[in-house]
Amino acid sequence: MDFQLLDLYTLLPEIFLLVGVSGILLLDLFLSKEQRGITYGLSLVVLIVTSVLPWFFYDADPKVIMSGLVVSDLLGAALKSTVCVLVAVGLVYSKSYLLSRGLHRGEYFSLTLFATLGMMVMISSNHFLSLYLGLELLSLSLYAMVALQRDSGRSSEAAIKYFVLGAIASGMLLYGMSMIYGGTGHLNIEAIVSSVLSGQSDSNLLRLGVVFVIVGIGFKLGAVPFHMWIPDVYHGSPTSVTLLIGTAPKVAAFAFVLRLLAEALGHPSLHQDWSQMLTVLAVGSLVIGNVVAIAQTNFKRMLAYSTIAHMGFLLVGFMTGSINGYSASLFYILTYVLMALGGFGVILILSRDGFESEELSDLKGLSQTNPWCAFLLMIILFSMAGIPPTVGFWSKLFVIQSIIDLGYVGLAVTAVMTSLIGAFYYLRVVKIMYFDASDSSSINTTKYSPGMAVFAINGLLLLGLGLFPGWLLSLCESLIESSVRTF
Amino acid sequence: MITLSHYLVLGAILFSISIAGIFLNRKNIIIILMSIELMLLAVNINFVAFSHYLGDLSGQIFVFFILTVAAAESAIGLAILVVLFRNLKTINVDDLGGLRG
Repeated sequence: MDFQLLDLYTLLPEIFLLVGVSGILLLDLFLSKEQRGITYGLSLVVLIVTSVLPWFFYDADPKVIMSGLVVSDLLGAALKSTVCVLVAVGLVYSKSYLLSRGLHRGEYFSLTLFATLGMMVMISSNHFLSLYLGLELLSLSLYAMVALQRDSGRSSEAAIKYFVLGAIASGMLLYGMSMIYGGTGHLNIEAIVSSVLSGQSDSNLLRLGVVFVIVGIGFKLGAVPFHMWIPDVYHGSPTSVTLLIGTAPKVAAFAFVLRLLAEALGHPSLHQDWSQMLTVLAVGSLVIGNVVAIAQTNFKRMLAYSTIAHMGFLLVGFMTGSINGYSASLFYILTYVLMALGGFGVILILSRDGFESEELSDLKGLSQTNPWCAFLLMIILFSMAGIPPTVGFWSKLFVIQSIIDLGYVGLAVTAVMTSLIGAFYYLRVVKIMYFDASDSSSINTTKYSPGMAVFAINGLLLLGLGLFPGWLLSLCESLIESSVRTF
Repeated sequence: MITLSHYLVLGAILFSISIAGIFLNRKNIIIILMSIELMLLAVNINFVAFSHYLGDLSGQIFVFFILTVAAAESAIGLAILVVLFRNLKTINVDDLGGLRG
């Protein structure tokens, strides 16, 4: 495969984002503190344009370009623009928080955009090298962002924990990749597949590689028993960074896992191994995530444990190795990031100068002080718990349906029981908002802001998708069918 | 005669040392950073050995990228360490107990 100029058009979204972020980085040097809004506006413009671009330059049938490093397909285009929109919405939520915390600086925006670039590289990679480089670009930007609040002991502690565990995860992943390379002799996903299919590969080395890759993925997704970093990092980082870590990278991680496990290692003989390991991770995450979340008094920490439980659900759909399971997982992750966006977004909206609004008790009596906000947060919490008519119910239903079709009844029962436990702590927040009297510390002023408008759209979208889930599910199915090569 | 498995065993030993260095060490975060470097080097040994014995160059090219990323990673790690020391006046692993629950 030789280099073709035409290939560069397919990469235009990434190239545009890279040029844009470099331009913003340079321009920011010449702006005074009062003009910093220009950096913010330009970052939003770059993200929005980048989210539109993939739709002009994708191939309906998967096409491998750049000497096998990148694949261009429908799934990649859809996920890339989702990621850009999520990051842009996250920036709108964060604006006032950043201003009041002294984080409204050029570095914040350029690191956000670099992280987005990393996610886009991950989403469309077809080679271990591009998977690894995308992952590292994302992780290194996020490590720096967690530590960006330089005078806070809490966030620097979170940063060092995130850094050390993230580095271990990368190390494990690389060790696994080296074993798979040794077993098959290739780093390219298609070449690995054909090597496994033709039976030329060394199955022992491959299996060892799969184990390490699963450990690396477990760390990155935050599945039990590799979840220790999630609560600390979510709790310790500035809330705007928590919002970023908790949303868009999950979509990129889904694409990463899909490319690595479903495409490169999807052969039935290997699927057997990793689906068992994923089942263990999934059950652990469902149980630990939901049970430990009950004991939390901090809203951010509670959402962190709920993330662990949701990742468990994602893995439940994923372990089936079927088209239905993958589409149910894709549906799950897309709706989950919407919920997480709203959940962390409300903390950003309610916080103000010197008040983080991250304890559960800060939400007391929210229904009196800010009824609209309380109603929207209730929709989001209902959706996380999986109560109809919100979309969270459908996403859980589709995952459970996909495993019951294949006869994993025990796993389905576990998933339902743990969701039932989970409903308790979500409903407790609703109770705090609606039935506890507000005390003086938790008075929230109602005022209009762009964040509030986005929050309203976000909450109502969850309700709307819950009433009409069909089109999103069929979209997920067609994305998976057109892009994932199955066996 | 040194065979592929000699290199793989060396890689595995270095990798285990680095994991032990991260999890058993309760003293100093700098030792953790050193262990992370060692872990990536163990992976590099694997890649180079496989690349040599398979007669395929892409493994060695991967190593260049890993080395570059490792340099960026340790730069960020040390920067975070400096921030941490300024705030907490310690780089002792046991003193990192501010976030619990």
